[in-house]
Amino acid sequence: MSNIKEIQNEIVDEFSMFDDWMQRYEYMIDLGKSLPIIDEQYKDDEHSIKGCQSKVWVHAGLTNENVVFTADSDAIITKGIIAILIRAWSNQKPQDILDANTDFIDEIGLKEHLSPTRANGLVSMIKQLKMYAVAYQSQIK
Amino acid sequence: MLDIKKIRADFPILNREVNGHPLVYFDNAATSQKPQQVIDKIVEYYTMYNANIHRGVHALSQEATDLYEASREKCRAFFNIPTAKQCLFTFGNTHSINAVASGAHVFVKKGDEVIVSAVEHHSNIVPWQMLCERVGAYLKVLPVMDNGQLDMNAYHEMLNPKTAFVVVNHISNALGVTNPVKEIIAGAHKYGAKVLIDGAQSCGHMKVDVQDLNADFYTMAGHKMCGPTGIGLLYGKEEALNELPPYQGGGEMIDQVSFEKTTYAGLPHKFEAGTPNIAGGIALGAAVDYLNEVGMENIAAYENELLIYGTEQIKTIPGAVIYGDVAAKAAVISFNVEGLHPYDIGTIVDKLGIAVRTGHHCAQPVMERFQIVGTIRASFAFYNTQEEIDVMVQALQRAVKMLS
Repeated sequence: MSNIKEIQNEIVDEFSMFDDWMQRYEYMIDLGKSLPIIDEQYKDDEHSIKGCQSKVWVHAGLTNENVVFTADSDAIITKGIIAILIRAWSNQKPQDILDANTDFIDEIGLKEHLSPTRANGLVSMIKQLKMYAVAYQSQIK
Repeated sequence: MLDIKKIRADFPILNREVNGHPLVYFDNAATSQKPQQVIDKIVEYYTMYNANIHRGVHALSQEATDLYEASREKCRAFFNIPTAKQCLFTFGNTHSINAVASGAHVFVKKGDEVIVSAVEHHSNIVPWQMLCERVGAYLKVLPVMDNGQLDMNAYHEMLNPKTAFVVVNHISNALGVTNPVKEIIAGAHKYGAKVLIDGAQSCGHMKVDVQDLNADFYTMAGHKMCGPTGIGLLYGKEEALNELPPYQGGGEMIDQVSFEKTTYAGLPHKFEAGTPNIAGGIALGAAVDYLNEVGMENIAAYENELLIYGTEQIKTIPGAVIYGDVAAKAAVISFNVEGLHPYDIGTIVDKLGIAVRTGHHCAQPVMERFQIVGTIRASFAFYNTQEEIDVMVQALQRAVKMLS
């Protein structure tokens, strides 16, 4: 299985094929469709991350000492970015998730979506993914 | 007829590009752009006249005071306020509302009712909720109908001798619908209730005559009428303003101060504690001059043309739903495309250089009423054009195609 860095590089490679933002966005929207969708029962307040405009739900579980994320959003673009993040970070060791950064999102030209002023809840979502990693890290120990 | 080309040349920001496209600015309900004349006035003030006002005997302070007071006079005339002392400078529309709500316990007693409409933004809900909690009064909601208009039958039934205050916006920021404020005011007055009209969305887009409306209080936002941010106005009937206790204590709002007792200055200074936004006040006068030169009737007529054209064009997009699609409204179109999230559409059209607002527009109860997460809001000003509307509609079509 690939580690986070390898998957992130793979994503950067895929996005480098596109010349303009429209193609990148279309690809991102496509990737959103492959997002491992959170089970309906977890689409509740406890699992929701409040952005101002789009809603995000995230669930984390532990399988073979790896953290597995499922998620969803009511906005397609938000969903696309989540799919990209989760593709890299899901099914990984807690410590690796804690060590990971989001620089690759800059590299694929989607940096603006992770700006703290953006009202989509993604910055809070990243924090939440790391929190889950911290929680499972202590469980494993 | 307006010379739009000439008008556009006065607004330097309209020349800039966003994401490689010429800016199409359709977020005028959030804030208007500023003409060079207003920008120059701010620079001129700090270059030539900067001094604290109403206190120095030196020439600079005197000149700055004269400019500030001349601007107050311009604002007074613009809204047909009877006297300059009833035309209070505040730091913005929200400040104006809070200045009234925080002292409104002189009008609203325990067990009384305060009516707010269902189409208010948070600024005109929360201060009244706080008032009701403070005095033990009840907040009543004037309902809105499916077409975005207030339910006036319900309103007249809600009024009763316990009604002490009614607060309604002149034009809803979330839907753009113009509310029948004259009827609302007259109805409230029959029961002796005071009325505050939130004029944030009307002040830069239509001729407002506070005496004709007969409101007890009327609030305005300088930055939504081509003026700078951080300056607003509050109009009040003289008697009501005299009765209203001051909102903030400080310099300038006093008559005599001792540690035993302070007596307050008269109007307008009673409500203008501390050093005001002097540059903002003076520049607002320049904005008023500018709007007068273009003419508020011309502005309203031209913006209505944009509204009609924009509404027609948006309706050509399959699945487009407009909220508040009635005749009496400002040039604000709040809409969704069925099956698509407003955030997604807003993100794509931004990439194409178009500034529209998406989300709940700081009016969550309105969104809840229509059971939507938010809308896309295109709001026009007199410097916008039909060509820009065409560009927006093309961008919307592109967004719909990408997202569907």
